[in-house]
Amino acid sequence: MKRSQNIFLGFIYFCAGLTLLFLFLIIFFMTVRGIRVISWEFITSVPKKAMTEGGIAPAIVGTFYLTLGSIIIALPLGLSCAIYLCEYSHRNFVVNIIEASIKNLAGVPSIIFGLFGLAIFVKFFNFGVSILSGCLTLSIMILPGIISASQEALNSVPQSLREASFALGATQWQTIKKIVLPSALKGILTGVILNIGRAAGETAPILFTAATFYKRGYPDSIFSEVMALPYHIYALVTEGTHPQKQIAIAYGCSLVLLFLVLLISSFAIYFRQKQMSSEKCLMQ
Amino acid sequence: MFDAIKLVRINIENVNFYYGNCQVLKNINMHIYQNKVTAIIGPSGCGKSTLIRLLNRMNDFIPNTKFEGTITLDGEDIYGPEVDIIKIRRLVGMVFQKPNPFPKSIYENISYGLKINGIKDKNLIEEKVIKSLKESALWEEVKDRLYESALGLSGGQQQRLCIARCLAVEPEVILFDEPCASLDPISTGKIEELIEKLKKNYTIVIVTHNMQQAARLADYTAFMYLGELVEFGPTEKIFTVPSDKRTESYVTGKFG
Repeated sequence: MKRSQNIFLGFIYFCAGLTLLFLFLIIFFMTVRGIRVISWEFITSVPKKAMTEGGIAPAIVGTFYLTLGSIIIALPLGLSCAIYLCEYSHRNFVVNIIEASIKNLAGVPSIIFGLFGLAIFVKFFNFGVSILSGCLTLSIMILPGIISASQEALNSVPQSLREASFALGATQWQTIKKIVLPSALKGILTGVILNIGRAAGETAPILFTAATFYKRGYPDSIFSEVMALPYHIYALVTEGTHPQKQIAIAYGCSLVLLFLVLLISSFAIYFRQKQMSSEKCLMQ
Repeated sequence: MFDAIKLVRINIENVNFYYGNCQVLKNINMHIYQNKVTAIIGPSGCGKSTLIRLLNRMNDFIPNTKFEGTITLDGEDIYGPEVDIIKIRRLVGMVFQKPNPFPKSIYENISYGLKINGIKDKNLIEEKVIKSLKESALWEEVKDRLYESALGLSGGQQQRLCIARCLAVEPEVILFDEPCASLDPISTGKIEELIEKLKKNYTIVIVTHNMQQAARLADYTAFMYLGELVEFGPTEKIFTVPSDKRTESYVTGKFG
């Protein structure tokens, strides 16, 4: 009995260690390979000489616009949807269909979103390969995540707070706006931030809808194509003409992207921590 | 010892209530009198909380329920088609079983009800916040920490804050749904003292598990069992000369 428990414990520790090891290896490997090209100039200047020299600033800017845009579109939609599902709807056929759709949408491979974006936003609505098409595609991709995170946050607000508010003569909207949303805010933010990380890092959805291999300078409207970090890495590695120089830049790019996503996630962890400490207060 | 003229504030007539197919209230008929404390007692699951929650339409949020019968507040049918539910809930305040302060400051907890009811004048709000804190006997304990989180208060203080929050919107009837269920004896004593005082200005309905509490506080007592109102009358009568066998068994502690 004791022995089998020890074996099992050992196995668990091994698995946990392995996970940690992989994360550490990735960060270590990217840092070793990428740190050489990182400099102030690398992150603030435009690519030069067929992308064998210079920086990646347009790709950073592009990724920033795409991420920001997709959140601006997905957050109001996702949050409203979650509010409807949690606060207004009753269990019925339509609600079940909506929830099943959200779950299925979350499981769709990202390349499918890319193709969908190409067909609908780029071609049908004729937005072209542009920031707008990319943002719309990315926002559809992160929508299920935002909805689930918001639902979870709204459901974690105790029913007793809603009842307290209603019993004072508050309307449903007043209750949602002044009691439920402020209490759920941190949970919602955490979900949003994790999805920002996802939007920033995905390549497939922007492959056909927004990203370009090379662009002189910065985008000037939502209808311009942009360079983006994940796609830039992909392009440098697969389509580069000077592999020795470009692959080094690709590693530098990866390091920047990795750092950005980790930075964003650490915000999420920070908010979650704060959320947990305030919940502890509630339990007193 | 009971006033000759009793003013009926709430009239409950032939009320049936169902969760899905399960009937939890069976043909309830009773009155709630002005400036009296009415206690509803009975074993768990007898429908007493369901009944009290019908009086300010708190059961509206539970799906798959069915209500039959009439409940009137000052003659107005609160389940009528044209009733203003918000107004009903303002007139009929509620204090819940578990203290449920908002995760906001003590001040904001009380000003919330005023603000949602459209009061904008800051001085007036402050005046009413202080008044209701004094009325709920919490003022002395919190006057130096009005802007600190209400979650830092003790359970008993939180419950008195919930009472203050309820008083601030100036209801006429206050429903207490087992207000002391999660409190220690000292806090319970304070709440009971408070209810005793509030009787002067408010009409009070209290659901309680605790028969001594009902005996101490209530002018009228209703005994419910398995969804039926077994007996309703002056508290003295219910506890000394009950007319129903089941009431007698319950108040003498034979079951429940």
